[in-house]
Amino acid sequence: MTEPTIFELSSAGRQGVRFPASDVPEVALPSAFRRKELPLPELAENETVRHFTRLSQKNYAIDLGFYPLGSCTMKYNPKINEAVSRLPGFALTHPLQPEDTVQGNLYLMYTLQEWLKEIGGFAGVSLQPAAGAHGELTGVLIIQKYHAHRGDTQRTRILIPDSAHGTNPATSAMSGFEVVPLPSDARGNVDLEALKGLCDERLAGLMLTNPNTLGLFDENVSKVIEIVHAAGGLVYGDGANLNALLGVLRPGDLGFDIMHLNLHKTFSTPHGGGGPGSGPVGVCQRLVDYLPDPVVAIIEPGTDEMPPLYGYAHPARSIGRVKSYNGHFGILVRAYTYIAMHGKNGLADIAEKAVLNANYLLAKLKDSYHLPYDRRCMHEFVVEGQWADAPGIRAIDIAKRLIDYNFHPPTNYFPLIVHEALMIEPTETESLETLDAFVDAMLKIAAEARENPQLLHEAPHNSPVGRCDEVRAAKQLILRAPKA
Amino acid sequence: MFTPHTPKDVEVMLNTIGIGKVEDLFAEIPEKYRFPELKLPPSLTEMEVAEELESIANANGSTKSLLSFLGAGAYDHYIPAAVDMLLQRGEFYTAYTPYQPEISQGTLQAIFEYQSLVCELTGMDVANASHYDGATAAAEAVILAYHHLKGKRTKFLISRAVNPQYREVVRTYTQGSQDIIIQGDDPETGLDASMDKLIAQIDSNTALVMVQYPDFFGRVIDYKPLIAAAHSAGALVAVAVNPTALGVLTPPGEMGADIVFGEGQPLGIPLSFGGPYLGIFAVTNDLLRKISGRLVGETVDNAGRLAYVLTLTAREQHIRREKASSNICTNQGLMALASTIYLSLLGKQGFEAVSNLCYQKAHYAASQISSIQGYSQVFSDQPFFHEFVIRSPQPIDHLLDDLRAYDILGGYNLGQDYPELEGCLLIAVTEKISKEDIDLFHDALVEVTHD
Amino acid sequence: MNFPEELKYSQTDEWVRVENGIATIGISDYAQDALGDIVYFEFSVEAGEQVKAGDQLGQVDSAKASSEVNLPVSGVVTEVNESVSDDAEILNQDPYGKAWLVKIQLADPAEVEKLLSASAYQAYRVG
Repeated sequence: MTEPTIFELSSAGRQGVRFPASDVPEVALPSAFRRKELPLPELAENETVRHFTRLSQKNYAIDLGFYPLGSCTMKYNPKINEAVSRLPGFALTHPLQPEDTVQGNLYLMYTLQEWLKEIGGFAGVSLQPAAGAHGELTGVLIIQKYHAHRGDTQRTRILIPDSAHGTNPATSAMSGFEVVPLPSDARGNVDLEALKGLCDERLAGLMLTNPNTLGLFDENVSKVIEIVHAAGGLVYGDGANLNALLGVLRPGDLGFDIMHLNLHKTFSTPHGGGGPGSGPVGVCQRLVDYLPDPVVAIIEPGTDEMPPLYGYAHPARSIGRVKSYNGHFGILVRAYTYIAMHGKNGLADIAEKAVLNANYLLAKLKDSYHLPYDRRCMHEFVVEGQWADAPGIRAIDIAKRLIDYNFHPPTNYFPLIVHEALMIEPTETESLETLDAFVDAMLKIAAEARENPQLLHEAPHNSPVGRCDEVRAAKQLILRAPKA
Repeated sequence: MFTPHTPKDVEVMLNTIGIGKVEDLFAEIPEKYRFPELKLPPSLTEMEVAEELESIANANGSTKSLLSFLGAGAYDHYIPAAVDMLLQRGEFYTAYTPYQPEISQGTLQAIFEYQSLVCELTGMDVANASHYDGATAAAEAVILAYHHLKGKRTKFLISRAVNPQYREVVRTYTQGSQDIIIQGDDPETGLDASMDKLIAQIDSNTALVMVQYPDFFGRVIDYKPLIAAAHSAGALVAVAVNPTALGVLTPPGEMGADIVFGEGQPLGIPLSFGGPYLGIFAVTNDLLRKISGRLVGETVDNAGRLAYVLTLTAREQHIRREKASSNICTNQGLMALASTIYLSLLGKQGFEAVSNLCYQKAHYAASQISSIQGYSQVFSDQPFFHEFVIRSPQPIDHLLDDLRAYDILGGYNLGQDYPELEGCLLIAVTEKISKEDIDLFHDALVEVTHD
Repeated sequence: MNFPEELKYSQTDEWVRVENGIATIGISDYAQDALGDIVYFEFSVEAGEQVKAGDQLGQVDSAKASSEVNLPVSGVVTEVNESVSDDAEILNQDPYGKAWLVKIQLADPAEVEKLLSASAYQAYRVG
C-alpha cells in the first residue's frame, strides 16, 4: 500500500500542536520582510502520528532482524543508551552554558576521552568529529599540519589500499592530497614491495583499515607501519573495523599515529537510518597538539573533598574547529554508557564473539560460495556472489532474494577488488539460531540459483516495494513533492 | 552484556570452525600486544549504569532549572511529545542507511518529505538529506562554489555577522588549499547592516559571498542589493538561516540566494549540549549536480508502484572516490526525521505561531531591558527576529555571574568573539519564555546593576 | 560490440576521427556499455581552450558509476557538442555519431599515430 506524502494528507485549516496566545504587547512584524505564503502541511496530530507510524512499518531494522552488513557493524542498540541520553540533565543543557553549570557533561566527555585513549592505545582524543568520514578529514588535516609545521611541504601524497572505503580517497583529495592507490597481494595483505616503492620524500602518509575491508588482519602490519615511519610518513587508521579488536589489540600499540573510531559501529550507538554517527579521533603523543579545538581537560585537579574542575583546553597547534560546539554529545552519552557497562573485562568478549560468529559463518558457507582469500577472517568476510554454473546470477540477485527470507542483504559490490562481492559481518549480538537460519537461507538461494534463477532475478517478492527503477530516478529527477 | 552465546553454543561453533579455543582466532595478532590489560572500571549491570548516568546528569544545571536566554546558534524550543515517541520506533532509529530501497521505504519517504519541507521553508528548488550541522554546511557551501566555478575563482567573502563558529569551521576545512582566500569578516569591514564594505570587495575572482539571516546578532537585513552585486560579478551567494525565523519572514530563496543552509536544531531537536544537530542545505536547480550529501528521488518499482530511492549517487564518495567533491557518508538521518515530524506536527499554523511568539517575546524583552538605566539596545535601527544585543554598564562576565544567583543564564558574552562589542550581551527569547520570566530577568538586571 | 575500422582509440576508451587536421573525439561503444544507462554529461573544456593529451575532457555519470573522459590528443578546442550535455542518453544510443563530444585543432598530428587501431583496441578490451 503506497502511503501518501504528508502534503497529500494535508487539508486546509487542520491544526496540529497548538501554542498559547502571546502574553506580551503585540508589535508589528517588519512589513518589508513579512512572509506571504507558508506552504507547510496541515494535519491533525493523530493523522501525523499515523502517517509516520505507517512509514516506520515499511522499514527493516536491527530491532526486527539480522543485518549482516559488512563494515557497518549492525549490532544491537541497547535501550538503556536511549533512556540515559534523554535525561533532562543532558538533553536540556545548552552548549554555551558556563562550565561550572555543566560539570557533569564535561566529566562524561573527559572520561570518555580517557577511555577511548585506553582502548585504542592513544595519547590524545578529540570527540568533536561528527562521523567516520569527518574523523578521517580531521586526521588528514592533522597529517597535513604536522608536516607543514616541520617545513616538510613536499609531502603531497597519501597511499590508500585498493580495498579501502570510498571516504578514504575522497577525504584525502578534499584536503588537497594526491591519492596513490596501493595494491593488495594474493593473501589480501598490503603489497609490501609496492609499498616500499612508493615510500619516498613525497609521502605524507598511509591510510590503512585493519582488519581490512576483506575482514583480514594484515599479516605484515607491523612491517607496513615501520616502512612508512622510516620514510617519514604517518599512518592513519580507519577504525571502522575496530569491533574485531576491542580489548584484543590496541591500534596505538602497533604504531598507528591517528585513528578515527565509529561510535555508531563499534560502540553500539544507533544508525538512525543514516546517522547521526560520531567519529572521535585518537592520536599518538607527537600529534596531541594538533587535535581539533577545544578538547575537554581538567582545569583544576581534585582534592579529597572536591572533585576536579573540568573545562576546555586549546591544543597548541590545533587544526582548528571541525564542527560547531562539542561534537555529537548525545551520541557520546550512549557510547559512555556502553563502555561503562562492559568495563575492563567485558570489551574483549565483544571482539571474541564477533570474530567467532564470522568464522562460524565462513566455515558453513565456504563450500557453497567462493571465498577469494582462504584465510582466517576476523569479524567479517567477503565471498563472491556468482557461480560459473549459474550464468546470469549476480551478487545483487542473491542480495535481493535474501530479503524474501527476512534478512537484510550483506554489503554488496564492495570492496571493489572482489567481483560480485558480498561482505558479511554478523556482529557479536547474534545467536547461533540466527546464524544457522542465515546459512540455511544462503544455501537455499545457492540451490535456487541453479534450479530456478528467475526467483532470484525477480526478487524481492514480499517486500513493500519490488526492485526500483534507479535509472529512471536519475533521469527523471523528482527530488521533492510538487511545489505548493 | 549483549552476546547471547551459551558455553554449548561456543563449543558447537568451535567444532565447526575446527579450533580448540576462542583465543586461537586471534593468532595473527602480534603476541606481545594481544589481550592487553585495559585500565577501565569494572563492568556494571544496566541498573547500576542507569544510576551512574543519573548522578552525572544531576551534576549539571539545565534549562529545566535555569531560566536561559542563551542562543547564539542553538535554541531552547518546545518539542511536542509525539516527536520523540515516533523517533524511538525501532524501525526508524535502528535502521541502516536506505541502500536497499525495497525494505527502506519508511526512511526514504521521510527523507523525501524532509527535502520537500526544506525547499518550501527556504524557497529553494532542491535540498539534500542533511549535513552534520550549520557550521559544516557552511564549509560545504564554500566547497560547492569552488567546484562549480571549476577552481577558477578563489576568493570567498564571508560577512563578520555570520556565526563565528561557522567561519572557524570554513577556515579549518580550507586550510590545506594553497589558493583559497577567505576574507570579509575582519573588524575593518565591520558589522554595518548596509553590507557596503563587504559588497565593495566583490570582484571577478569572487566565487561566493556568504551572509546570515537573521544574522548572528538577530538582525534581519535585506540582502537583495548584495545578491544583485554578487550575481553581476558572477559570484554565488549562500545565506545561512535560522529555520524558525522562516515561519514569518521572507525566505532567502525569494531574495535570489543560490545556496541556503543552516542549523536545523530549532526544529524539534533537543539542545543536548551541542549535538547531534542538523545541517540544512538547499540550492537552486542550476547547482543541483554539485550538491553533496544524499538525495532521495521518486521513481517506480518493477510493478509500477510509486517508490523512493537514493539517487544521483554517482556524485558521492562510494562511487566517485577521490573525484568526489565531498567525503560525506553518514549524515544526520534521524535528526532530519525529527525535523520532518516537528514541522508536520506543528503544521502551517503551529509553526507560524511559534515563530511569531519568538518575535513578540523578544521584542518585549528588548524594550524592557533597554529601558533600564544604563542599558541600551545595539543595532536598534535594524529589524530583528528573536535575538538582540544589549549594551550593559557592567562587564558582562560579572553581570552573568551575578545573574546566576537568580538562576538565570543571561545570554552570550559577545566580547569573546567581537572586541568591538565588548560589554555587550546577545539575548535570545523563544516561545518557552513567559512574560513573567522576562519581567523576572528585567528585575534581576535592575537589582544586580544598581547594587 | 562495435569498433569502427576507420577510427583510432585510446586505452581509456575514447575514439578519434581525423579530417583535415581536425580531430573529432567521443567515447567508444565499449565505454557506454560498461557505464550502463548514462544520465549526465558535463564538459570540462570549452571552445577556444588550449588543451593537451591527458587533460580531462568531461565527466560522465551513469545511474551507478561516474567516469572521467580524457583527451587523447593535444591542440585547441574548436567545438563542443552541447547536445550531449542536454541529453546524455545519446551517448548510449549513438556514441560514434550524434554523441561526438569535442573537435580539436590538432597541435601534433603524430600523436594520433600512437593511438590504437580498431583491432588492437578490440583485442585490448574484449580479447
